[in-house]
Amino acid sequence: MASAYHVNHLRELEAESIYVLREVAAQFENPVLLFSGGKDSILMAYLARKAFYPARIPFPLLHIDTGHNFPETIEFRDRLVEEYGARLVVGSVQAAIDRGELVEEKGYNASRNYLQTHVLLDSLEKGKYDAALGGGRRDEEKARAKERFFSHRDEFGQWDPKNQRPELWNLFNGKKHYGEHFRVFPISNWTELDVWQYLAMENVPLPSLYFAHEREVISRDGILLADCDYIPKKPTEQVENMMVRCRTIGDMTCTGVWESQATTVEEIIQEVATARQTERGGRADDKRSETAMEDRKKQGYF
Amino acid sequence: MSEQHTELLRFSTAGSVDDGKSTLIGRLLYDSKSIFEDQYETIKETTARRGEEGVNLALLTDGLKAEREQGITIDVAYRYFATPRRKFIIADTPGHIQYTRNMVTGASTANVALVLIDARKGILEQTRRHAFIASLLQIPHLVVCVNKMDLVDYSEEVYERIKEEFSEFSYKLDVKDVHFIPISALNGDNVVEKSTNMDWYGGSTLLYYLENVHIGSDDNFIDCRFPVQYVIRPNTDEFHDYRGYAGRVAGGVFKKGDKVMVLPSGFTSEITKIDTFDGEVNEAFPPMSVIMLLKDEIDISRGDMIVRKNNVPEVAQDLELMVCWFNEKPLQPRGKYGIMHTSQDARCIVKDIRYKLDINTLHRNEEDKQIGMNDIARVVIRTTKPLFADIYRRNRNTGSVILIDEQTNETVAAGMII
Repeated sequence: MASAYHVNHLRELEAESIYVLREVAAQFENPVLLFSGGKDSILMAYLARKAFYPARIPFPLLHIDTGHNFPETIEFRDRLVEEYGARLVVGSVQAAIDRGELVEEKGYNASRNYLQTHVLLDSLEKGKYDAALGGGRRDEEKARAKERFFSHRDEFGQWDPKNQRPELWNLFNGKKHYGEHFRVFPISNWTELDVWQYLAMENVPLPSLYFAHEREVISRDGILLADCDYIPKKPTEQVENMMVRCRTIGDMTCTGVWESQATTVEEIIQEVATARQTERGGRADDKRSETAMEDRKKQGYF
Repeated sequence: MSEQHTELLRFSTAGSVDDGKSTLIGRLLYDSKSIFEDQYETIKETTARRGEEGVNLALLTDGLKAEREQGITIDVAYRYFATPRRKFIIADTPGHIQYTRNMVTGASTANVALVLIDARKGILEQTRRHAFIASLLQIPHLVVCVNKMDLVDYSEEVYERIKEEFSEFSYKLDVKDVHFIPISALNGDNVVEKSTNMDWYGGSTLLYYLENVHIGSDDNFIDCRFPVQYVIRPNTDEFHDYRGYAGRVAGGVFKKGDKVMVLPSGFTSEITKIDTFDGEVNEAFPPMSVIMLLKDEIDISRGDMIVRKNNVPEVAQDLELMVCWFNEKPLQPRGKYGIMHTSQDARCIVKDIRYKLDINTLHRNEEDKQIGMNDIARVVIRTTKPLFADIYRRNRNTGSVILIDEQTNETVAAGMII
């Protein structure tokens, strides 16, 4: 019976992602893996380690540091880099502001999220990276549903959604002109639930932020934000103490936290499986307009 | 946590405005609880803002600004939902003839093609086109949903007539497994829940079909094919002499101890180990990504292929292809293109155009050799170096190629080896 040869859906997704990661190492001269410290980039680094085992990951990890990170993220990042024997490159938003290349947003909803794009493109250019591996998934957001595994960017780093290369079977066309680069998304076909189920199955360590913990939060426009120095409070806003956890981890100014009691990966899976809100539902950066993500992606966002 | 037993099933849909495709997908996502509240609220608001009534589930699938403005799906959109039995990936494509290339793209990896027919209209040119593309791309299973049954009073007669008409033309196509289901996507009849309006139908619902169709034999487990993707050489003290060939099994079952042959050199050796990060495995088969270690030191690099000595693919520079053209710039007779096949990268020249196929009538036109965007044609090519090829019907992984414009680097065609 042929059905004896069968792998479950997580192993099939894993095999697909490993294939894409190896394809990047084979087709590009100088790839880099974008690492934010969130669970998707932790998964990416983990899969990259698997793909090239027993050799080391043949490209560096690039972290675009807004300077407004949860401190837990940085600790976790440094430990992971050491354990994997990986190379880490940091692009700093603060440094770009200090150099006068960027101007901080002002007001209550000021965020450095939008400033990241400049630093990202700048870091890619300086490092002469020709492929940037990202942890974007097609189930995250409607503009991402049409993203390719190998996504071509012109010399300005822009995405042209109407003129994407067709992608068939598992033949990935990474050919490009000098100065152009690619964004590559090996976990395109994973959903949030797949990511959690896989991380649980493999016992992958995760930052404590993903598990329910007590934290001072403020409620703004229906989103809970972690109270910190980077977010100016409106006079009417109250700081409350709640049991919360992050579903995504980004800059503190725009990453919403969720009320939760889930303290283990199994409990998180339960929560995700029954969740009635998408994980980006708490991302203030997506809420600026209906096509906020598409607009940012065209400019060169992650 | 233990390993789960859920399988992955990929299916493609094609449809145009008004045939209810978006409603059907919306229904599958909604009834399987894969739509989130915030997504639902967003499309509800958008529907109201446009002055439409109810909740337009089609807005869920139309992601790009241009698509939302024009109310059509331009590109391939990927959707995901899961039930306890299977995880599903939907490649949702537009159905109009000007988007044939998108349909071909969505069909290339699908296990199942879902063809929608409006019960009031019966089989249209578009229905034939979708079925033909499914057969051309060798999608193993075809499920035909006769939709909008509520608008024909759930008539068995209408359903049977459409079924018969479809079968009459589909026998000319190369599809192995065709299944019919009468549904109403709008009301949910036979989508997830069994319809109470069609007692005459004794078959399964669409979701039941998708959850249970046998896909275990869709891959080729007979002809051993391992395209070498990347060579792993750690150069560390611990793994000093380690030299592993990384890749994804494209066909057959490889076992430790197997006698193998390496193409193009023709050298033979033996598999000493099939390695992964999680340790050694005894056998490897599609779609696994593994590392092969061989007994003998042979010069092997990306583009080579490890096969069984008694079962080798064709080693050929002259190939016949069915191509679907993707680019605004038409195919140039005698033109030179880049070609990608498994992990091989070569160049080729188009030596001859045999015929252009009318995908509505399946007529072969040997006079018209203008191959433009969305056209399907049979061509003869010669490559700069030998490819290790199987016919596409036998193996989708080793029988498929893409052609690349050498100036713009764009992917200009998909090709299936015949």
